[in-house]
Amino acid sequence: MSDSEKPVLDTVPHAVDTPELAQPYAELGLAEDEYQRIRQILGRRPTRSELAMYSIMWSEHCSYKSSKVHLRQFGEKAPANTRMLAGIGENAGVVRVSDDLAVTFKVESHNHPSYVEPHQGAATGVGGIVRDILAMGARPIAVMDQIRFGAADHPDTARVLPGVVAGISTYGNCLGLPNIGGELVFDSCYQGNPLVNALSVGVLPVDRLQRKEAEGEGNIVVLVGAKTGRDGIGGVSVLASATFDETSQQRRPSVQVGDPFMEKLLIESCLELYDAGLVAGIQDLGGAGLTCALSETAAAAGTGMLIDLDRVPLREASMEPHEVLASESQERMLLVVEPAKLDDVLAVCAKWGVLATALGTVTGIGEPLTIRWYGEDVVSAPPKSLADDGPVYARPLREPADRVLLTADVAETLPRPSTPDELRDTLLRLVSTPNLADKTWVTEQYDRYVLGNTVLAQPEDAGVLRLSEESNLGIALATDGNGRYARLDPYQGAQLALAEAYRNVAVTGAEPIAVTDCLNFGSPEDPEVMWQFAEAVRGLADGCQQLGIPVTGGNVSFYNQTGRTPIDPTPVIGVLGLLPDVRQRIPMGLRPSPDGHGDLLILLGETKPELSGSEWAATVHGHLGGTPPAVDLEHERRLAELLRAAGTRGLLTAAHDVSDGGLAMTLVEACLRYDTGARLLVPDGTDPFVFLFSESSGRVLVSVPRGMQAAFTALCGEYGVPCTGIGVIDPDNRALAVAEQFTVELDELRTAWSATLPALFGAPATAATADR
Amino acid sequence: MSRIGVVTFPGSLDDRDALRAVRLAGAEPVALWHDDADLHGVDAVVLPGGFSYGDYLRCGAIARFSPAMLSIVDAANAGMPVLGICNGFQILCEAHLLPGALTRNQHLHFRNRDQWLRVEHTDTAWTNSYQPGEEILIPVKNGEGCYVADPSTLEELETTGRVVFRYVRGNPNGSQHDIAGVRNAAGNVVGLMPHPEHAVEALTGPSTDGLGIFTAVLAQLGSAVGER
Repeated sequence: MSDSEKPVLDTVPHAVDTPELAQPYAELGLAEDEYQRIRQILGRRPTRSELAMYSIMWSEHCSYKSSKVHLRQFGEKAPANTRMLAGIGENAGVVRVSDDLAVTFKVESHNHPSYVEPHQGAATGVGGIVRDILAMGARPIAVMDQIRFGAADHPDTARVLPGVVAGISTYGNCLGLPNIGGELVFDSCYQGNPLVNALSVGVLPVDRLQRKEAEGEGNIVVLVGAKTGRDGIGGVSVLASATFDETSQQRRPSVQVGDPFMEKLLIESCLELYDAGLVAGIQDLGGAGLTCALSETAAAAGTGMLIDLDRVPLREASMEPHEVLASESQERMLLVVEPAKLDDVLAVCAKWGVLATALGTVTGIGEPLTIRWYGEDVVSAPPKSLADDGPVYARPLREPADRVLLTADVAETLPRPSTPDELRDTLLRLVSTPNLADKTWVTEQYDRYVLGNTVLAQPEDAGVLRLSEESNLGIALATDGNGRYARLDPYQGAQLALAEAYRNVAVTGAEPIAVTDCLNFGSPEDPEVMWQFAEAVRGLADGCQQLGIPVTGGNVSFYNQTGRTPIDPTPVIGVLGLLPDVRQRIPMGLRPSPDGHGDLLILLGETKPELSGSEWAATVHGHLGGTPPAVDLEHERRLAELLRAAGTRGLLTAAHDVSDGGLAMTLVEACLRYDTGARLLVPDGTDPFVFLFSESSGRVLVSVPRGMQAAFTALCGEYGVPCTGIGVIDPDNRALAVAEQFTVELDELRTAWSATLPALFGAPATAATADR
Repeated sequence: MSRIGVVTFPGSLDDRDALRAVRLAGAEPVALWHDDADLHGVDAVVLPGGFSYGDYLRCGAIARFSPAMLSIVDAANAGMPVLGICNGFQILCEAHLLPGALTRNQHLHFRNRDQWLRVEHTDTAWTNSYQPGEEILIPVKNGEGCYVADPSTLEELETTGRVVFRYVRGNPNGSQHDIAGVRNAAGNVVGLMPHPEHAVEALTGPSTDGLGIFTAVLAQLGSAVGER
């Protein structure tokens, strides 16, 4: 190529000389006024590289420009808390769990990439959240996945679901992280926009907490991990920050490709670097790649940087500087290292076979972020203008016009089953509906044993992990979300999700201590969506204040819609709980007691005729309307305290949350867990249908040994939690029997429950005992 | 106290679990590094599960050539007890310490489940603590665990009592003859796909049936010392 054909490198001097050059800011997702502000900040037009950086950092995904004004409530309403060591704004929240240990956890979305390329989209979602946990100084110890798809029998679900599950499976399994639980939901509102959220949790000694600040003039900036390629360019500004349309399928180059083996080596090398005290600052490279890592680390410390971008190891030699800055290649971390420690850092990375490259140095306070490309300046910008001074919008809000009609259309008046046979048929229909059916087809693809500390995992209400073999200190984690409830009332829907995750942690006997959230919504430019978002955030912030547990971090995912139709608002809430002794955890499954008698079954909480938004209304009537079940967070708090007290005293042999599908589904799951039958009696004056299928919140099914009934009911009285004896475990009959109503054999239930997903997504052939 | 080494390759995942199992069995766990040919005087070696070298090229194909493995092959041929679990079994097959190969599960999915096995033969360094025909519950978790061998090898394995573990109550991956684990002719080298190191504590495993594999080798080493 002769010099005359070579594309002109858009350097800072070149930008000064050509102020009127037309720039493609709109294509990069920047508004006209945003572009003008960039010119104002720089006092000239941005270079091509600078324009790429601003478009990324000021995108919805990175800047939270539409959500910021609402998310402030999480800080303003946060209850007083002495556990929190790092909160919102960090890579992940960190909470102290003992004198010397802390836990960090966060849930994040990877929705749009997973629709475009299900396997890699989901895999890199896991990789990204794990690096967030690693960046805090923690060893990642588990993952969870919250995945939502369109109708289970839609052809596109058969394309997306197996790929998403395989992606999560491959990446998490190859990292050696147990998958301890999650959610799988089908609803036609997610048809063109599946939700793939992933949570990771890690543990660290309190004094190993890492910071992202690029402090210390003269310190070296080191890029560690995979080579940089053209994958993922425009991921956050194009994919995550705009609505899908017909061209979405052509955006495959915007999806990153993951290499879990490299990430495993990155984890081990970073942990070795932390333990040797070799790291002054660290930030993971996720969405927005080097652009975000360089500007955020510098902005956090108030320093500048001088970077020689041409030193970045590339997969493709022809990459241009703006592409190197925008690349979202996976499995990379940015370190800030004291010069005297550089050789040691490089040696540790070499031991693990991980590339490490010094890119430049930290400069003084107030200095710009200067990036050179073969000696020429291509970026010279204030780091804070990129990381902190992005636009903030108070977008217009409007209550959805159809809400009055929607609320009036209640499910409580729909035709109900009334005869014993109808009730029995309804139960069998619900156990086989994709949302309530056995999830083994999915969870069997995940390693739940690796690391050897998994005490409870799916299908339990919460995952429980041992943190210490010496003290048996442990944690419980659960996530929940219900788009139907949130569609009916986003404020209450967010609180219901919070209450359910809180309760799912509490039924293991753990004390809920902290919250993370992934807020999945449609376009913020739609005032009705923005209203849903504002209401959900308000509900969650109020709920956390009432329960006395802080939101420690999370993620917002907007533009989850196809054309003009947004998804149901779907706040996914994760709750972390603490178990002083994991050996005292309470499992969900019913079991015969050692003395051969059946333990007593007791229902905690009150059952009301609440069916709007229920799984029954959706499955049987295809109905969504009315008001979701009432939430009483004060009751939830007392209920959690009761379960903790009863668990510590050994009064409970099992506890299982009542939620989707009502008490009937809770019983089915509890019976099938260990193949143990139960006999029930509908309490006097209660409609059997409401008793079995209402989705009233704040309820838990527990089993109590016969001799302990008096002690337990006295404890319920002490905590002010209503309790109702509803039956007994029946070790002699493998059936679920409801007196005067119906009996279903466990085998019949299991067949109905477990056949659904294999029938939809392919039964793995359990091959070849035939050749013997 | 017997010293049992566990090799960490880049991409090993169940190495810490194997070290824990060794400790719970009453031996001294010794962490070995793939790049170090020195086995540090261990009495036996466990090759743990995981995805060594990313399982790129073929499961276990690269690990086979590591300095530690070259030493282990020599030691195994000289009679040192060696156990390969999952990826470790794959490495042993690639290293030709065990016959056959592990291929993609027939249903093409990674599968993690609690699996019943029958201990077919107890005359090995790693199974002498079980009763012949005893059924044990151990987690299985792999994507490439389908054991295959040519007909004459299978015939030889069956007739010489070298099928050590067999899947019962369902075959999770399509293995020929329901084979879950095999041994070498001498009985000091055993490989199996299921994970006994995940069944050593009631708190975290489906059973404690896996502990017997790690106590077995201690008994073996103890009697070997006695014979000297």
